[in-house]
Amino acid sequence: MTTVTTPPTPPATGAATGVSAPGLRTAPPALGRRRPGRRGLAVVANAVAVVFGLAWLFPVYWMLNTAFLTDRQIQQRVPVLFPVGGTGSHFAQVLGSPAFWSAMRMSLAIALVVVLGAMVFGFFASLALSRFRFRGRTQLIVAVLVVQMIPAEALFISQYRMLDGWGLLNSVAGMSLLYLGASIPFTIWMLKGFVDGVPVELEEAAMLDGCSRMGAFLRITFPLLGSGLVASSIFAFLASWNEYTLALVALTSDDARTLPLWLTSFSGQNQVTDWGAIMAGSTLMAVPVVILFMTVQKRMASGLTAGAVK
Amino acid sequence: MSLALRRRPPVRRAAVPLSSRSDRRLALLLLVPATATVLLALGYPLVRQLGMSFQRFGLEQQFGRPPEFVGLANYQAMLTDPTFWAVLGRSVGFCLLVAAITMAVGTAGALLLTACSRPVAVAVQVVMLLAWAMPVLSSLQVFQWMFDSRSGVVDHALAALGFDQMLGFNWFAQPSTFFAVAGLLVTWMSVPLVVFMVYAAVTQIDTSVLEAAALDGAGPAQTFRHVVAPSIAPVLALVTLLQIIWDLRVFTQFHVLQSNGGITEQTNVLGTFIYQVGLAGGDYGSASAAAMLLLLLTLLIAARYIALLLKEPA
Repeated sequence: MTTVTTPPTPPATGAATGVSAPGLRTAPPALGRRRPGRRGLAVVANAVAVVFGLAWLFPVYWMLNTAFLTDRQIQQRVPVLFPVGGTGSHFAQVLGSPAFWSAMRMSLAIALVVVLGAMVFGFFASLALSRFRFRGRTQLIVAVLVVQMIPAEALFISQYRMLDGWGLLNSVAGMSLLYLGASIPFTIWMLKGFVDGVPVELEEAAMLDGCSRMGAFLRITFPLLGSGLVASSIFAFLASWNEYTLALVALTSDDARTLPLWLTSFSGQNQVTDWGAIMAGSTLMAVPVVILFMTVQKRMASGLTAGAVK
Repeated sequence: MSLALRRRPPVRRAAVPLSSRSDRRLALLLLVPATATVLLALGYPLVRQLGMSFQRFGLEQQFGRPPEFVGLANYQAMLTDPTFWAVLGRSVGFCLLVAAITMAVGTAGALLLTACSRPVAVAVQVVMLLAWAMPVLSSLQVFQWMFDSRSGVVDHALAALGFDQMLGFNWFAQPSTFFAVAGLLVTWMSVPLVVFMVYAAVTQIDTSVLEAAALDGAGPAQTFRHVVAPSIAPVLALVTLLQIIWDLRVFTQFHVLQSNGGITEQTNVLGTFIYQVGLAGGDYGSASAAAMLLLLLTLLIAARYIALLLKEPA
């Protein structure tokens, strides 16, 4: 799981642009649109933009559409374009399947450990990098960036051997350790940006009032990092929720599957692929992600270069 | 200033004095948990893998036979193996082609957003956000279903357009169409980020400059070439490098799509090749050598990215 982040910057809402839908940028009153010759250009641009939008919307629509169709409709020779006369039975089928809930439990357990661990460890490390000057600090910051670039594919062979040797294959602990290794660097990088934004004077004032240095960090700085912690938590959560490669390698038993592995376990075994259930499962997996994504999308676009969830 | 560039000033040198001794000790303590975890999860496997890449480490060794040090033999075998070069060529070719297409489509999309009317621009951005948020596995399954040979919507749409022979066409049975679908999927997933990044950079351009260009009689093409392109060039460079790094290590899409076709050998990229040689084939020594080569390649590209990232905004 390679994760890449750029330090969080305040959302770049350009003064000249004005913001319409929450967090979405709108164009500057641009490129001399008032000129008469440009009218035709605007019409063409709108038409192309609509086509572009529809092309990118279609797969999402097709997932939802198929999820609500009946099996007969799905297997018809001619694709059914709208879920008219459809059914919710695929969702019922998935939600009634023990394998789904077992995968859900596994995914949630791992995500919980990863989020908690990454936040605590990341917070501590970001304090050290933001508040203190020590030898090797610059090198450490560069290392944090470099580590994020390591592709999972370049290490999974020996990560598998390591967990195998420790008897940690198919375990929440083993999986969480690998995900923590990937999540901690970008959490440090993100949180450091937020800690930098908290004035040191606040901590110093608390220390004058008798707080210890660590006490000032925990009582003053920590509560002021609210939005930063929420955003980094969501990134860490999404990274572990969506991860496939390491899960494939380290979770070899059917009982230890996470949701991404569960989703691929449908296809292949049966003669006729149950597309309705797969699409319902894909939808169920996507819904929490889309909701979380919407809540942090401003920061997604400004701070994070999508690495965490790619 | 464009958003990807509005980051903290780079690390200051020498000007800031070191913290006091007790503070430095606290800093070290605070760094221990994170550093220890990363060293355990990534550092230790890295060292072990480096060691394994110099050893004969196959099935026998898994059953207790001590691994034998063979020096650079694994690397030598890898680098003289035409299969490896074919895989590498495929990976690099796929990566560069898909990254180029993604950048072109994403940049065009971002410019389109500045030219179209506001409701359309907002609607397109909502769609981009949705597509961006889709989990890899969900997108993968949808694309497999869309390109399904039995009742996939793509085959039917092509047949309806007059390409009757496309009905029942199996996209995953031959390398060229397999790569086309994989490329389409990766592009579909990557474009939204590029659109957002480039659009953010474009909207940061000072409008008075654009107006001045228009007053001086610059057409849209000239405005783009002489005003817009230079302003967004740094963002384009960063995003392009990221795309190359990501597309080079593409694994999930290929691994899952390969389960459809049975042409794994001809469609392997670096990630799936390492997986097959190592975890499926049991030859950990060779797989480790290949993995180290992938790591080296990635870090070479990443070094450029990190240099850009740490550079003072121009």
